[in-house]
Amino acid sequence: MVTLLNGVWVVTGLGLACAIVLVVFSKLMEVKSDERAEKIREVLPGANCGACGYAGCDDYAKAVAAGEAEGNLCVPGGAQTADDIAAITGKAAGAVAKKVAVVACQGSYDNTWDKMDYSGIESCKACDKFFAGRAVCPYGCMGFGDCVESCMFGAISIQNGVAVVDQALCTGCGACVNNCPKSVIKLVDAEKPTAFVLCQNHDKGGITRKGCTIGCIGCQKCAKACPVEAIHMDQNLAVVDQDTCINCGKCIKECPTHAISHILQKVEV
Amino acid sequence: MKEIFTILVSAILVDNFVLSKFLGCCPFLGVSKKMDSALGMSGAVIFVMGLASAATWPIQTYLLTPLKLDYMGTIVFILIIAALVQLVETIMKKYLPALHRALGIYLPLITTNCAVLGVTLLNIESQYTFIQAVVNGIGAGIGFMVALVLFAGVRRKLESCDIPKSFQGLPITLVAASLVSLSFMGFAGLAENMFK
Repeated sequence: MVTLLNGVWVVTGLGLACAIVLVVFSKLMEVKSDERAEKIREVLPGANCGACGYAGCDDYAKAVAAGEAEGNLCVPGGAQTADDIAAITGKAAGAVAKKVAVVACQGSYDNTWDKMDYSGIESCKACDKFFAGRAVCPYGCMGFGDCVESCMFGAISIQNGVAVVDQALCTGCGACVNNCPKSVIKLVDAEKPTAFVLCQNHDKGGITRKGCTIGCIGCQKCAKACPVEAIHMDQNLAVVDQDTCINCGKCIKECPTHAISHILQKVEV
Repeated sequence: MKEIFTILVSAILVDNFVLSKFLGCCPFLGVSKKMDSALGMSGAVIFVMGLASAATWPIQTYLLTPLKLDYMGTIVFILIIAALVQLVETIMKKYLPALHRALGIYLPLITTNCAVLGVTLLNIESQYTFIQAVVNGIGAGIGFMVALVLFAGVRRKLESCDIPKSFQGLPITLVAASLVSLSFMGFAGLAENMFK
């Protein structure tokens, strides 16, 4: 009986001693963390996507609380989060430019094809190192889905060999843009509907046509049709200037290969 | 000195905690995906194993044994280790913020890890002296690091392999782990015969 009680005393005593030591030390060694940082962290989406340029939501919250960063850098959170942060820091919220990702390639297997039977590592980055990828078009989407993996919001899928962004789910964080070895995915202003050239091919028209039925052949018809001169040519590829474009749709009608299209059709702004 | 060295080699290679004793398998499988986190975790484990050995040995020798409470070892050691890690984290946060950032997230993970508890209990069971116990603790931590880093390399290779669908993910990881473990059996008998 005595030894049994000894056990109880020892464990209770040790537990009590540990508790006292811990409490004393946590009071002595208290590191003052910024309360605002915790509050800001709570209003952030918590996706740790890195679109703000910091290592994660925790880091960004600390930077905002310390006054090192603006409160409007969170792209997934959008205007709502910027307002919430502004309420905590007491600063006016700057406008958040809402962005959305667009895949500038329509090279599905209906329109283009592979030039080789690639059986290496199933990744765009790996395949790109091997003779510039399996696709006939050296500029287009290879369809292994590095972007799908990088997307934290499940907004990208590979459909018939080409990446497709679900604009309703896309937050515009840009993770896919950084993970595409072909730079086929672009971030565009999500609140300004414009025409967009869904092609990246800088080859001359004849070469483009041999590899893809829907690529930009550099015929310049769109540039001539544009009433506000929003389209210019960049090495056999038409480029629409989003700021100037008035979304009249004349270029879309004019394009012989249907390489131009309205973007943001699905987004309700 | 010879004995210390034997204990160290034995803890690192022959009786490797993860690959021979199968303690600490959870972090071994969980944290070996990336080399960075493997190194961070191992650093924390070496640190905590050494400290825990140093803290539990006096408790056992000067408190539990005289009171004939040896059977209470497990529960008392869990208490001590958990409190110790918490204490170290608090102190580290104050005075070594850089180290806290590097090890910080791993420290709470290993407070109640079976490998840490295992090493302290085995210290007592093997009747080591204080120095030997600490060396054994640090050696076991280094052994954990060796296993984790080796396995992180193996997993990186696995990632680029064409694995049958039914084996993808955890099954192939466990198969690979068992093969690595098998290879460590080659060290059997090394420690005893090192100085012959």
